Amino acid sequence: MTGGYRIRTGGEDSGARIRFTFNGRRMAGRDGDTLASALLANGQRLVGRSFKYHRPRGIFSAGPEEPNALVQLHRGARLEPNTRATVTELFEGLEARSQNHFGSLEHDLLAVNDLLSPFLTAGFYYKTFMWPKSFWEKLYEPMIRSSAGLGRLSGEADPDEYDKGFLHCDLLIVGAGPAGIAAALAAAPSGVRVILADEDFALGGRLNSETYELDGQPCRLWAAAALSELASFDNVRLMPRTTIYGAFDHGIYGALERRTDHLMPGTSTAPRQVLWRIYSRRSILASGAIERPMAFGNNDRPGIMLAGAVRAYANRFDVSCGRRVAVFTNNDDGWRTATDLLAKGVEVVAIIDTRTGDPPAKLDGSSVFSGQEVINASGRKALRSITLANGQSIDADCLAISGGWNPAIHLASHLGGRPVWNDEIAGFVPGGSLPAGMSVAGAANGSLTLEGALQDGLSCAKSVLVDLGKPGPAWSVPTASEEPAAISACWLVSECRHRAWIDLQNDVTQKDLDLSSREGFGSVEHLKRYTTLGMGTDQGKTSNVVGLAVMAEISGKSIPEVGTTVFRPPYTPVPIAALAGRSRAGNFRPVRLTPSHTWAVEQGAVFVEAGNWLRAQWFPRAGETHWRESVDREVRMTRGTAGFCDVTTLGKIDIKGRDAGTFLDRVYTGTFSTLPVGKVRYGLMLREDGIAYDDGTTARLGETHYVMTTTTANAGLVFRNLEFGRQCLWPELDVHLVSITDGWAQFSVAGPKSRELLGRLIDPEHDISNDAFPYMACGEISVCGGLQARLFRISFSGELAYEIAVPARYGDAMIRRLAEAGTEFDAGPYGTEALGVMRIEKGHASGNELNGQTTARNLGLTGVVSTKKDFIGKVLSQRPEMKRDDAVRLMGFVPVDASSALSAGAHFLPLDSEATTENDEGWMSSVAYSPMLGHYIGLGFIRRGHERVGDIVRAWDGLRGADVRVRISSPHFHDPKGERLRG
Amino acid sequence: MIINHPLLGPRDAAEFVYLGDASLIDRPDWRHERAEELFHDYMYLRDNPAGEIRELWFHEHGDRSWLIVTRNTLTHEVTNVDLVRDRARKTGQGR
Repeated sequence: MTGGYRIRTGGEDSGARIRFTFNGRRMAGRDGDTLASALLANGQRLVGRSFKYHRPRGIFSAGPEEPNALVQLHRGARLEPNTRATVTELFEGLEARSQNHFGSLEHDLLAVNDLLSPFLTAGFYYKTFMWPKSFWEKLYEPMIRSSAGLGRLSGEADPDEYDKGFLHCDLLIVGAGPAGIAAALAAAPSGVRVILADEDFALGGRLNSETYELDGQPCRLWAAAALSELASFDNVRLMPRTTIYGAFDHGIYGALERRTDHLMPGTSTAPRQVLWRIYSRRSILASGAIERPMAFGNNDRPGIMLAGAVRAYANRFDVSCGRRVAVFTNNDDGWRTATDLLAKGVEVVAIIDTRTGDPPAKLDGSSVFSGQEVINASGRKALRSITLANGQSIDADCLAISGGWNPAIHLASHLGGRPVWNDEIAGFVPGGSLPAGMSVAGAANGSLTLEGALQDGLSCAKSVLVDLGKPGPAWSVPTASEEPAAISACWLVSECRHRAWIDLQNDVTQKDLDLSSREGFGSVEHLKRYTTLGMGTDQGKTSNVVGLAVMAEISGKSIPEVGTTVFRPPYTPVPIAALAGRSRAGNFRPVRLTPSHTWAVEQGAVFVEAGNWLRAQWFPRAGETHWRESVDREVRMTRGTAGFCDVTTLGKIDIKGRDAGTFLDRVYTGTFSTLPVGKVRYGLMLREDGIAYDDGTTARLGETHYVMTTTTANAGLVFRNLEFGRQCLWPELDVHLVSITDGWAQFSVAGPKSRELLGRLIDPEHDISNDAFPYMACGEISVCGGLQARLFRISFSGELAYEIAVPARYGDAMIRRLAEAGTEFDAGPYGTEALGVMRIEKGHASGNELNGQTTARNLGLTGVVSTKKDFIGKVLSQRPEMKRDDAVRLMGFVPVDASSALSAGAHFLPLDSEATTENDEGWMSSVAYSPMLGHYIGLGFIRRGHERVGDIVRAWDGLRGADVRVRISSPHFHDPKGERLRG
Repeated sequence: MIINHPLLGPRDAAEFVYLGDASLIDRPDWRHERAEELFHDYMYLRDNPAGEIRELWFHEHGDRSWLIVTRNTLTHEVTNVDLVRDRARKTGQGR
């Protein structure tokens, strides 16, 4: 019966027809529909199954508060679970499916859970799955996991684009209902920059769903005119389809704009959603109110809906939610639903008011029950009838309930503001300290009448303008029709023999609340966690206050005494994809490329990520099938003739000033003020707590000019710490720092032929002979006929070696020249793996050894620690525990059986001892296969290692199942006397 | 959060790196007879006030100034922002 519930106005079904499917069934809606209004128009009462008991559920609301009508949209990679049908804009070709049923929606096999409900009460998991212990991992957890959740994810990558953006404004107005529009109209002419945002695709809020008159015209038309006036201001930005999901410090708001969710997927090139960060000087929260139900037996039947929603479907969407509608209310606003429906020609069979006294309206043809309550409902997959407390049964297919309106105060409490109870509206209003610059207007502030909302909007705008130094607004509030708004609170009907649902989404009933109270979980925070009341995708928007009120009744307290939980962002769910934006896959974070990257790609290099950098790991040659073949060759080549490697990624810091030397003395353990110009020295930095932090070399290029290198990983951190010392600790020093990591391309050239190789490139006037340019010399030179360069004679590999730096833009040219000149010597590039093998062969500490747990003493580096001066970490590195004689020492380790492999992370144990923590003597930190020695070697830390050279211990690696006997040796496997690097 | 940089105006907190209590500026003298105790306190002891706190922020994605930000830990309100170097000049540490 397609279109059977659409109310014909003027004999015509207005609006273009839009075709869509629900569970594969073809349906039609019209322009301006939500998925929910279209489903209702098609008579689709049953739209989903409940979370725990798999009870049949229908559409409950007409807004973001929807607890029941969660559906899956689209298919394939775009499959989107848990989407609220009530805020999903209908479009041609939309595919929607119900979720959380096993079998079909109509015949859900898990509906058996409803019969088991006595066993599935609050705390069920905590009580049931306690024993036997062994069942947890194998049975209980997989079982719970498979039945938990509602919809299902596609498991595929999201094919859509998401963006992020920043907006600045003087005034952010959250919500474009009457209060928000009034505030915007009042503020706009002053020229302040206004953003008016609303989650709906149609701005106007309740004005679109009501029949009030403003200045003698229907409020819906008044809103349309006001919005078109606002659109004409250059200083006003209207943002429909935009949810302000969170309030943050200092006037910052998070917003999610749904740009193309209302279009057929894949048909637009615009980003699907934009996550905005809005910087505002002032904000007005005009988020309206959310209606709440009253609880009674079987109140979750499809067809039982909020009264304001039933009215919205009739007024805004021309949809009748039933053929025989009953209204159950405790306030005057519920009567409005009855009068509006009657005006639309919908039959209202009865209105049941919990209050006694004169009815606020006259209704033609409807039975009126004053001082009565609905206590039960029947009809499994659609409501058939309701039962009153007096025993009378009334046939109805829709029951519109109004228990009053809760101000939507979420954003006002995001920064901790505690809501306060307002007796007049029987609801919580914003309280405590609001986010800086925020004021609250309209229903969100408890002003539940139209005129009240408009006045509130105006007066908030007025305060904002005065605050911002602008003249007050000239705008005045339009004349609104009068409306009664009396309420007498009712939460749970007095006679309740059947289960009454408090939280529809989480299947929490009044029995769960009773149980929770009996078992001692009576405080609001306990109640929430024990029963799951207010959790899930709707975060209890229709259930929280009812739950608190029922708990108050149970415990004999007032609602303010029971208190309320506060809210956290987000107001409604924000997709992870929107939070990620474009930071996905290859764009997850910036990638830094070395100056020789293009050349390395041409050579077929294999790359490795080192922090943000992409570095050449090794350079495979034809015929090499295993990475070890390439790495071993690169090591032999470098130690045999020469090799070169891009080391640009090391941090480089230019240090200048009269006090540069003094400054370095205070940050390094060693002394640098005495370093002669033209020399380089190894430096070790400690943390203030005395632990080794970073190391590198620093060269003195001039009397007042040093260049420091840091490890790749710590480049940014060391620079930050140096600035801390310069600005915070020793501001009296004349010293200046510039990070030049990106300014210079730097290459290591190592091996016995490295001097000859460099001689082909360095301009002839520079003498780099061993006498003129010995080990640890440095200087400014020129290469390739006049290009400025810096040369450092330093060695990480243990060979005769240099590092040469040229301005970064010449890095590519430089490596090509090196490669060209290298052919004469059979020299070539080596990657970070060969670099690592050679430094282990040489016994140099690296990141694995400077791991934040080791001291200069552990590392065997006390020789570079001065006792004559202060430096960062000096005092605390002298604590007794840091100076223990039996502390671990960095040593070398060689397998007793030369064919054994070693593994980093292995623990050292005495021979013939148990693998226990008590017997643990240290750990292996770095291992490599040494092509020079023909077997594995390792570096590691072992207790009193320096006294135990030659001893044999176990290297036990429980994780990998390895247990190898190793001999302790000097960590310097290659050229321990350092003759090669001085040659 | 927004930090009102004394030279650059209001900037998003994402441009800054947080270090900790401003007392880290007052590094003890290594020659003091109780140096180890003073450094221990300097390194490990912090006040944890419910209210105003002075703390160090580094404008890493900006001009690399170290700032002393006075912030209320209850409300996150920032009531004052100074350049550390300005403070050092005032207390005579500067040249």
